[in-house]
Amino acid sequence: MEYRITTPLDKSVVEKLTAGDYVWISGVIYTARDAAHKRMQEALDRGERLPVDWKDNIIYYMGPSPAREGRVIGSAGPTTSSRMDPYTPRLLDMGLGGMIGKGKRSAQVSEAIVRNGAVYFAAVGGAGALLSKQIKKAEVVAYGDLGTEAIRRLEVEDFPVIVVIDKDGNDLYKNNGKI
Amino acid sequence: MIREIEVKELTQQIRNMCIEVNYCLSEDMVCAMKEAADQEQGQLGKKVLQQLKENLEIAQKEQIPICQDTGMAVIFLEVGQDVHFTGGDLGQAVDEGVRQGYADGYLRKSVVGDPLVRENTKDNTPAVLHTSIVPGNQVRITVAPKGFGSENMSRIVMLKPAQGVEGVKEAILSAVREAGPNACPPLVVGVGIGGTFEKAAILAKQALTRPVGESAKAAHIRSLEEEMLEKVNALGIGPGGLGGNMTALAVNINTYATHIAGLPVAVNLCCHVNRHVKKVI
Repeated sequence: MEYRITTPLDKSVVEKLTAGDYVWISGVIYTARDAAHKRMQEALDRGERLPVDWKDNIIYYMGPSPAREGRVIGSAGPTTSSRMDPYTPRLLDMGLGGMIGKGKRSAQVSEAIVRNGAVYFAAVGGAGALLSKQIKKAEVVAYGDLGTEAIRRLEVEDFPVIVVIDKDGNDLYKNNGKI
Repeated sequence: MIREIEVKELTQQIRNMCIEVNYCLSEDMVCAMKEAADQEQGQLGKKVLQQLKENLEIAQKEQIPICQDTGMAVIFLEVGQDVHFTGGDLGQAVDEGVRQGYADGYLRKSVVGDPLVRENTKDNTPAVLHTSIVPGNQVRITVAPKGFGSENMSRIVMLKPAQGVEGVKEAILSAVREAGPNACPPLVVGVGIGGTFEKAAILAKQALTRPVGESAKAAHIRSLEEEMLEKVNALGIGPGGLGGNMTALAVNINTYATHIAGLPVAVNLCCHVNRHVKKVI
């Protein structure tokens, strides 16, 4: 199936998504990768609030290349999601609605996706130039000192992804793209 | 005759090469990607290859790096023994080329200065520089920025001689199988067989800089390359890991003499953004 969806992620939307579906996302998504996840984990351990309320939001595992003058962003494709696995279940349990990345997830992440009715999407790895065209606005909202690893708020239009792990735990990678 | 080369010439060349290689793939890779799109049977795999083709066109036309991971700069310098570098420190000149290239080329700064403290150096230096001394009075420069999605899925194994070629085949296949979608297939698989622990790794990296479509010289290695490409593609991982018969564009194998007691094998995976550019000065 193919769907056009808008953020924030509504549970009724996640409900109908199945591994293998093509989805075009419009609205606001946030970037965070290794260093931002580590920092969020440390903040939570200290009992502090996170810079973004993740409830029903989507994290895009991405660190862009610098934008040229007059452009919104540079190249902006997904990074390997599994490096964020140790931090992810905690964010899902806080209400994180979905993630966009590439590559396999751990059993713990998959279980947390099912437990919370969330979804894991993949964008095409190495298609950073193409994907950047769907990003209409970008601003750093936290951890600016991390450079490319800062948390950015992105406004996207028809950002192309595929559902890899759905709310029932079906995993598109397990059987080389067959469900 | 000793030939003098000013190190600032290296800086200039490396600056330009870092930029060029991140916007425009070499001809061998462009051809291989086109062929893969023609040969891919998987429905999702076809779609991924179509997006990657568009991506390459947009990158070149609109000057957006092909991939946001513009890599850690791996640089090989084969220096003629009759060359005398003047005007400064060679290593510093190389890093200055990387610094200028990554700044002027709007490339991502992806290097942390200390692997445990992990503070970004903010200029993508230092490079990983491999130098060798060769006959002649020229310098051959290879710039091969390496992304870490695929680097992280690479491995080295120290096989026993009794494991032989079957052990080598299994090492290659298991590396690709376990990488699955993570290394951004279709891959180029660089393999180093022989030497010592570190030599095998460097051989594998060098194998990635050999143009796709250029086979190994020794007949038995050439046939091993062909066999392994077939076997890797039979895994069915496909473009983006979404299924298909184009899991790899090439398996390039480099070999070297080794010890009577050992059979080192390094498998260095590279994504479809296999960047390598060479220049002789």
